[in-house]
Amino acid sequence: MSTQRGHGATLAEKILARSSGLDEVEPGQIIEGKVDLAMMHEQGAQTVGPFHEMGATEVWDPERVVIAIDHWVPASTEGAAVLHRILRKFAAEQNLPHFYDVGNHGICHQILAENGWVVPGDLAVGTDSHTNMLGAMGAVAAGIGPTEMAAVLALGRLWLKVPPTIRINVKGTLGPGVVAKDLVLRVLGEVKTTGATYKSVEYGGPAVAGLSMPERFTICNMTTEMGAKCGMVAPDQTTYEYLAKIAKHPMHPLQPDGDAAYERTVDIDLTDMEPMVACPYSPDNVRPLPDVVREHIKVDQAFLGSCTNARIEDLREGAALMRGHKVHAGVRFIVSPASTAIYQQALQEGLLELFTDAGAVFTNSSCSACFGGNMGIIAPDEVCASSSNRNFPGRMGPKEGRIYLMSPAAVAASAIKGEIADPREVAA
Amino acid sequence: MQDVIEGRVWVLGADVDTDGIIGGKYLTIIDPNELKKHVFEIALPEFAKGALPGDIIVAGENFGCGSSREHAPQALRAIGVGAVVADSFARIFFRNSINLGLPTVEASGVRAIFEKGDTARIAMRAGTITNVRTGASVRFPPLPHHLLELLEVGGLVPKVRQELEARARGASA
Ligand code: SF4
Repeated sequence: MSTQRGHGATLAEKILARSSGLDEVEPGQIIEGKVDLAMMHEQGAQTVGPFHEMGATEVWDPERVVIAIDHWVPASTEGAAVLHRILRKFAAEQNLPHFYDVGNHGICHQILAENGWVVPGDLAVGTDSHTNMLGAMGAVAAGIGPTEMAAVLALGRLWLKVPPTIRINVKGTLGPGVVAKDLVLRVLGEVKTTGATYKSVEYGGPAVAGLSMPERFTICNMTTEMGAKCGMVAPDQTTYEYLAKIAKHPMHPLQPDGDAAYERTVDIDLTDMEPMVACPYSPDNVRPLPDVVREHIKVDQAFLGSCTNARIEDLREGAALMRGHKVHAGVRFIVSPASTAIYQQALQEGLLELFTDAGAVFTNSSCSACFGGNMGIIAPDEVCASSSNRNFPGRMGPKEGRIYLMSPAAVAASAIKGEIADPREVAA
Repeated sequence: MQDVIEGRVWVLGADVDTDGIIGGKYLTIIDPNELKKHVFEIALPEFAKGALPGDIIVAGENFGCGSSREHAPQALRAIGVGAVVADSFARIFFRNSINLGLPTVEASGVRAIFEKGDTARIAMRAGTITNVRTGASVRFPPLPHHLLELLEVGGLVPKVRQELEARARGASA
């Protein structure tokens, strides 16, 4: 097909055309998109006020609204308890059946992923900035503010400016001990934290075709750190197999045109790529891990968790290194699975025992230490090796705290060695 | 929103993040009139006491970066800011501001032509910002029709209210 520009359409353009009922759209155009899935976490409590001020009386489609609390679970402060209660009351009044409350909880993005709430071709929105992760389903998934979420709940649609697309073509294969997290850190090092502001990031190429769904979640998750409105991978057999038993709605898979008009194309070759690490105080301050290892940076805390990297595959990756080792004296190693289902899986596989025997603390599933507001807060000048996605000043509490972002295996290696370490140098 | 917005200018640098606009410790405050007392506590401490209704913020690149908190534009609106102008904005701040009915204008090069206390005149539809004192001006691509309309009615809350009322009238007619 051709568009007005005489070029093909990107995946984001195809999906936004579908959701707005238009034949084609172009970057910069403002459209009214029909929302397929709306997700709220604690910040969703702020949508209740504007929802009523709008004079809305009922949610447009209770079957397409998911509430998942995750930042403070169970509530650790009175303020958090009040937010939770506002959401519970709203869900009860509006008969919203899909509330993932304490006991059935998890990080909101993981809840959407593992329960098949977002499917190929969808337009999904959430009150959290890392909603981008769900673009791995071949969808446009974006973070929005609470007032616009109120409008979405009232009308089932929202205005969007069609973003231009940056295409990231990846080829080559990941070497031993090098994983999808290293790939996305490498991309961040090139695109930088404002390089994709207002834009869509579309990953493709032979290496991306070979990535599993959990790996695709990781690379789409951190498009938020590039400033992107959304990040995605076109759906393929891997996507369909992942969703086969769990998809909540019918899929409408779309593909980018072969001659799509990309604003910019970035080529990445994984051949001989080292593990990567993002140093304080920005996710784009990326260096090859071996260079940082040589500086012998002592670690006070290690964190294996967050929506970026706390799926069962990530826990197994960390556990493979821990086997036969102990957490280094003086290091607090926090392991927090991304959902209750993952917690149970880890329990069955003996990973709880393995981590706790080694001297780690295995917590309830939540955002945990990722955002410095609940637990796992560090002291000023302390260092944390983390599998999460942000290392800005103050992210884990004090503005002086130093966070190094890396793969789950590198976090486990650092917990064992007591300093930033290369997983390839820890004998499994 | 008027088509021409005029006001006294406060200037800020680049990369002012949402923490600099409203600190994380105030996020449990729900009343915007409480919130406004703490606006720019870190980035521009004299602002909260000295601001007058209709004042205009002129900032550098990437204004409003960081978290998705809507408290930041809420606090600016509550204190009576007439418009926020910057060389560029972070995505969610821009959306949140427009949705709250706070005129938000991205005009590359604008920071360089203003000093604190100048008067700015913004022609929203024509797409120009002028420094009334010096006569210097920069052009910007006017907001799309849809967003100008949103600002005119006062943001997303009144807009959706109108739409729901019209729908209810249609249903009962
Ligand atoms: S794990 Fe961290 S980044 Fe992910 S939703 Fe929670 S706080 Fe945000």
